Amino acid sequence: MSEAFKDEPVMEINPDVDIAPEPVGGPIVAEGEKLLEVDNVTLRFGGVVALNEVSFHINKGEILGLIGPNGAGKTTCFNVMTGVYQPTSGGVRYLGKPLGKRKKFQITKLGIARTFQNIRLFANMTALENVMVGVDAHHSTGVGSAMFRLPKHRREEAEGLARAMELLEFMGLRGKANELARNLPYGDQRRLEIARALATSPQLLCLDEPAAGFNPAEKAKLMELIRTIRDQGYTVLLIEHDMKLVMGVTDRIVVLEFGRKIAEGSPAEVRDNPAVIAAYLGVDEEDAS
Amino acid sequence: MSYAQRGMDWVRALPKPAKIVLWVLFLVFLFALPLLNIPFITTPDSDFGGVLFTVSTYVLVALGLNIVVGYAGLLDLGYVGFYAIGAYTVGVLSSLHGSWPWLWTVPVAIGAALISGILLGAPTLRVRGDYLAIVTLGFGEIVRLTLVNSQWLNGAQGISNIPRPPGAELFEVPSLDWSSGAPVVDLSNTTTFLKFGITDQIPYYWLALSVILLVLLFDKLVKDSRVGRAWEATREDEDAAELMGVPTFRFKLLAFALGACIGGLSGALFAGKAGFISPDSFVLLLSILFIAAVVVGGAGNRWGVILGAIVVGYFPERFRDFADFRVLVFGLALMLLAIFRPQGILPPRRAVRAIEADEKLEALEEGEVRV
Repeated sequence: MSEAFKDEPVMEINPDVDIAPEPVGGPIVAEGEKLLEVDNVTLRFGGVVALNEVSFHINKGEILGLIGPNGAGKTTCFNVMTGVYQPTSGGVRYLGKPLGKRKKFQITKLGIARTFQNIRLFANMTALENVMVGVDAHHSTGVGSAMFRLPKHRREEAEGLARAMELLEFMGLRGKANELARNLPYGDQRRLEIARALATSPQLLCLDEPAAGFNPAEKAKLMELIRTIRDQGYTVLLIEHDMKLVMGVTDRIVVLEFGRKIAEGSPAEVRDNPAVIAAYLGVDEEDAS
Repeated sequence: MSYAQRGMDWVRALPKPAKIVLWVLFLVFLFALPLLNIPFITTPDSDFGGVLFTVSTYVLVALGLNIVVGYAGLLDLGYVGFYAIGAYTVGVLSSLHGSWPWLWTVPVAIGAALISGILLGAPTLRVRGDYLAIVTLGFGEIVRLTLVNSQWLNGAQGISNIPRPPGAELFEVPSLDWSSGAPVVDLSNTTTFLKFGITDQIPYYWLALSVILLVLLFDKLVKDSRVGRAWEATREDEDAAELMGVPTFRFKLLAFALGACIGGLSGALFAGKAGFISPDSFVLLLSILFIAAVVVGGAGNRWGVILGAIVVGYFPERFRDFADFRVLVFGLALMLLAIFRPQGILPPRRAVRAIEADEKLEALEEGEVRV
């Protein structure tokens, strides 16, 4: 298997593998209802206003694009949603309940997982171990269970291994399960990061510029991958620079500029919005057409 | 690939019964080591049993410190503090302010080290990297200075008359004599099985070796689980680990506490053998040597750190004439190692783990484990 992938120029995924989120987080809203709401979030770093009264929401089952020029506050917005930063005012509600001062790992356990703009895998662990750390988010084996190899440990290890392998299979990384993450090619690392995030069985998957550094063929594959992930029962929030990718894959788009939301709507609406064109698309639009 | 690694691979490739026989033979060899009096290896100037005990405490400490430094990636420069707390708990309870038997004091010593580990870790594990190293460095010194200045702990005079581990005089074990050039069983030079006396050093080594085997088993079982993965993830990228659902603070504290436990246990063993402890037994240099053992051997690999501990503990005893130079030699060796092999002599090997993972996957697929 590993040999077959070595000569593969473009990533191949196996969309038929069932990677649906495990039922771990309790009751979920119905398809199309609000999964996560960002409510009037303001974030100040000293005098710098990184986010200024930003509000938007994500419906279950959709792919929402979060776009904006460099420094618009997209990643900062991610960081507020995943508990890295506490908003100065306003708040984030998940399934109608405020996230409050929950810690990062608690938010992950609630059902929000993310990838990173700069790949941040556990470089000296194998691909399989990376994904298993994600699966472990919902496990509770401690020193006692591990030391005496109690049934809990055995069950969680078997479950974790099975789910991790499914995810690797889905991503087309099965043959590289035992490679160190740092030895994987760039594209594989990107997909491994997504696999690791999916391993936590999130309701909401936040992808921070997953296509960075990809060529057009790879980007097309990535769009397919993102759609497949959504079809398997995930809601996706996508930060992306590549207009073509965002327009092609998303259901709705939120546009940020200088920490403020300047537009929201379907890809077509956003494309024609003069404020957006002025702020961001003006240059790109000409390039693209 | 070094010879040691090739040897390990060769053992790994053997069929299971052969592997078990080999391991048993190796264990028998380890236990018999002080009786064999093998030329060159045996220390000429000091009792070999005692030297092996000293090496064993280094190994034990290195295994404990490896959990903290190697697995969880927390640079702890004050590990001697836990060693001291273990030893002093034994001293206080069994001699200075009580007359408990040695064996009863050991669990208390482990508990005391555990609590001190949590007390130190809870506030300090919020700082990272170099800052943590400085805080722990301070902790080691604070422990020592407290011992020196506390009248209740007998200050710089230390604690003497610490009782020995309980023993029995069951049978005599002969040793080998090589003076004629070939090994001859020497029935006049015997060791009483499990008599812990002042001149009977070998039983202490047996005790320490048994403890090491238990700790190794514990280490293997815990490392090869969710706990071990969480430690490694935290070491690799703390923020990413947290965002993947790892409660990093809790796991760092756990690593710290377990490391402290093993440090305390080593201290208790040391106190039981030495019979006398004073603050001078727990100087900063010892912390540095412990770290050196872990780093030289290969942080994160339990066999590596054992090798490192043997290097750090054994060579100064074997070459006693040059013992004064040992800090100089270590300094040079560490510099050379840092330049040419920064990952240590035996760094963690993924190949081995890959084989193990493959075995597990096969079991999963063949056994059709229902999940």
